[in-house]
Amino acid sequence: MKILVCISKTPDTTAKIAFTDGAKKFDESGVQWIINPYDEWYALVRAIELKEKDPANIIHLITVGGADAEPIIRKALALGGDEAIRINTDSADSFSIAAQIAAVANTEKYDLIFTGKETIDYNGASIGGMLAALIDAPYIPLATSFNIEGTTATITREIEGGEEVVTVNNPVVVSCQKGVAEQRIPNMRGIMAARTKPLKVVEPAAVAALTSIESFELPAPKAGVKLISPDNVEELVRLLHEEAKAI
Amino acid sequence: MVLVYIDHQDNQIKKSTLEAVSYGAALAKQLGTDVHGLLLGAVNDDLATLGAYELKNVYQINDAVLAHFDAQVFVKTIAAAATKVGATTIVFSHNQTGKALCAGVSALLKAGLVTGAIALPNTSAGFVVKKSVFSGKAFANVSIQTAVKIIAISPNSYKVVGGASAAATTTPLDITVTAGHVKITAVHKTSGEISLTEADIVVSGGRGLKGPENWGILLDLAKELGAATACSRPVGDAHWRPHHEHVGQTGVQVAPNLYIAIGISGAIQHLAGVNRSKTIVVINKDPEAPFFKAADYGIVGDAFEVLPKLTDAIKKMKASA
Ligand SMILES: Cc1cc2nc3c(=O)[nH]c(=O)nc-3n(C[C@H](O)[C@H](O)[C@H](O)COP(=O)(O)OP(=O)(O)OC[C@H]3O[C@@H](n4cnc5c(N)ncnc54)[C@H](O)[C@@H]3O)c2cc1C
Repeated sequence: MKILVCISKTPDTTAKIAFTDGAKKFDESGVQWIINPYDEWYALVRAIELKEKDPANIIHLITVGGADAEPIIRKALALGGDEAIRINTDSADSFSIAAQIAAVANTEKYDLIFTGKETIDYNGASIGGMLAALIDAPYIPLATSFNIEGTTATITREIEGGEEVVTVNNPVVVSCQKGVAEQRIPNMRGIMAARTKPLKVVEPAAVAALTSIESFELPAPKAGVKLISPDNVEELVRLLHEEAKAI
Repeated sequence: MVLVYIDHQDNQIKKSTLEAVSYGAALAKQLGTDVHGLLLGAVNDDLATLGAYELKNVYQINDAVLAHFDAQVFVKTIAAAATKVGATTIVFSHNQTGKALCAGVSALLKAGLVTGAIALPNTSAGFVVKKSVFSGKAFANVSIQTAVKIIAISPNSYKVVGGASAAATTTPLDITVTAGHVKITAVHKTSGEISLTEADIVVSGGRGLKGPENWGILLDLAKELGAATACSRPVGDAHWRPHHEHVGQTGVQVAPNLYIAIGISGAIQHLAGVNRSKTIVVINKDPEAPFFKAADYGIVGDAFEVLPKLTDAIKKMKASA
C-alpha cells in the first residue's frame, strides 16, 4: 500500500501572534516552527503504525513550501516515513496547496492520503476535501479511528452529537484528529535515519490561488475581570442574568 | 443568487442551518439579490417555515442515493446544482457536515472559499470575508477573487434572525446523482447531550477537579443551565472525560454565549479554543491563574464548595423568575 501524509509547518502553539507590514503579514520574528500537531500526532503516527504492521507499506510525506520548510519535513521523517516530497513554492491559499498536492497524487496513485483535520494557523480545514475532489476520491473528514483490512478501510468519523462508522475501499482521503493515534516522541535512531532519507524537491504546477489575505486583526482586549466573593455566588448569578444577559 | 446549503440530521433542520440561512438572507440583501436554499434528501420539517428566515425558495434534490451521507457524492451534486441554478455565492455552516463539503465544492467549481467566517463580507470594494485564524487568537480579512464565492460560517457566530411572515416555496431540482463508495455501518449518538459547537452555554472542567469521580457537581450545574460540557486537554488525555469534549487549540473550538471554566489554569492553547465566547466565567482557587486575565467574571475559590452553591443559586433564580 502507498500512503501519502500531508505535512504543514505552523508556528508553535505558544508563539506570540503579531503582525507586520501594516498588519498584512504574520510577524515571524522569534517564532519557533513545528509540524502542525494534527498532521504529526494523528496522520503521520497512524501511517507509521500501518507500516509497522506491514513493512511492505510505503509512506511518502509531502509539503508545499520553500526551503525553510525542510527542517520541518526532516523532523517528520525522524518520526517515520520512507521519503519526502517538497513542492517548491510558497503556499498561497488552500486551493493552490491542494492543487499542487493533487498534481503529485495523480501520478503517484496513493492508496491512502492522510491530512490533519486543520492547521492551527489558518484553520482552513480544507486541504483534504479539495484534494479528494480534485483526484475524485472518497473523503472522510474528522476521523477519530482508522483501520484497514486488505483494501477496505473502516473509519470512525465525528458527526454532530456523535460518531459514525463507515467502510470504504481505497483510494480514500482521510482528515485525522484525536483518537486516530497517540503522539510519539522522535528518538535518536529516527533522527539519524532521517538525515539519509530521500527528500525530493519538485517544481510547482501552474496553479492560481482563488483567495488572498488582505489584512489581519487582533481581538479587542478584555475590559478586565470582575471578581465575586465565593460566599456571594448569588451576585454572580445576578450579574450573568442582568448584566451579561447570558442566563 | 445566494444559495444556502440546508444541513439536516435525523430528518431535522439544524440550528446551524438557520444561522447560515439568516446569514445568506442578510448577504442577499446586501448584494441586492435573492436567497435560495439547497436541500439534498428530505426532512420532516415543513420547508415553508424557512420563509421566516427570509428564504425565498428551497431547491430540493430528493434522490434515494442521498439518504446516506457520502461527501464525494454530495460535493458533486451540490456543485452541479449550484451551476444549474446560477448561484454566485454559496453559504455553508462550518459544522461537521460543512467541513466535509465546502472544500470539495470549492475545488470542483474553482470558487474561492473562506471557512470559519464570523461576519458578513465587506463588499464596498471587492469581496472580503473576516475569519478567525490562529485558533481564535486573531482574525484575517480574506479577499475572494473568483466570480463564484463560497463562505462557510463558524457555528454560533451569526445570530438567527426569524420572524418574517413569508413562506418559502419548494422547487424540485433534477440532477443526476451517482452512487458513491462509502457505506455507513453504525452511528453512535452521545444520547441526550447538547452538541458542544452549537451550545449557548458550555460548562468546562480541568485538572482542578482532581478525578472523573468528581464530575457530578459539574454535570449538575450543566444540567441546571441546559449547557453542554467540555474539558481541558489533560482531562481528555487521562480519559476522565470523552475525547470529543476536549476544547482548545488542538481540540474543539467553541464560541458560546457563556463559557464557565472550572479548575482550568487557562494555558494559551486552551484559551485559543474558547476566547471567542461572549462571556467567560472562571472559577479557580489560584488567584494567579492566567485564565482570570481572559475572564469577564471570576470567583477565586474551591470548585468543590463553589459549584454546589452556584447550582443552588441558579435554581433559586429560575424559581423566582
Ligand atoms: C502543542 C500543545 C497543544 C495543546 N492543546 C491544548 C488544547 O487544545 N486544550 C487544552 O486544554 N490544553 C492544551 N494543551 C495543554 C495546555 O498547555 C495545558 O497543559 C492544559 O490546558 C492544562 O489543563 P488544566 O488547566 O486542566 O490543568 P492545570 O494546568 O493543571 O490546571 C488546573 C487548575 O485547576 C486549579 N485548581 C486546582 N484545584 C482546584 C479546586 N479545588 N478548585 C478550583 N480550582 C482548582 C489550579 O489552580 C489550576 O489553575 C496543549 C499543549 C501543547 C504543548
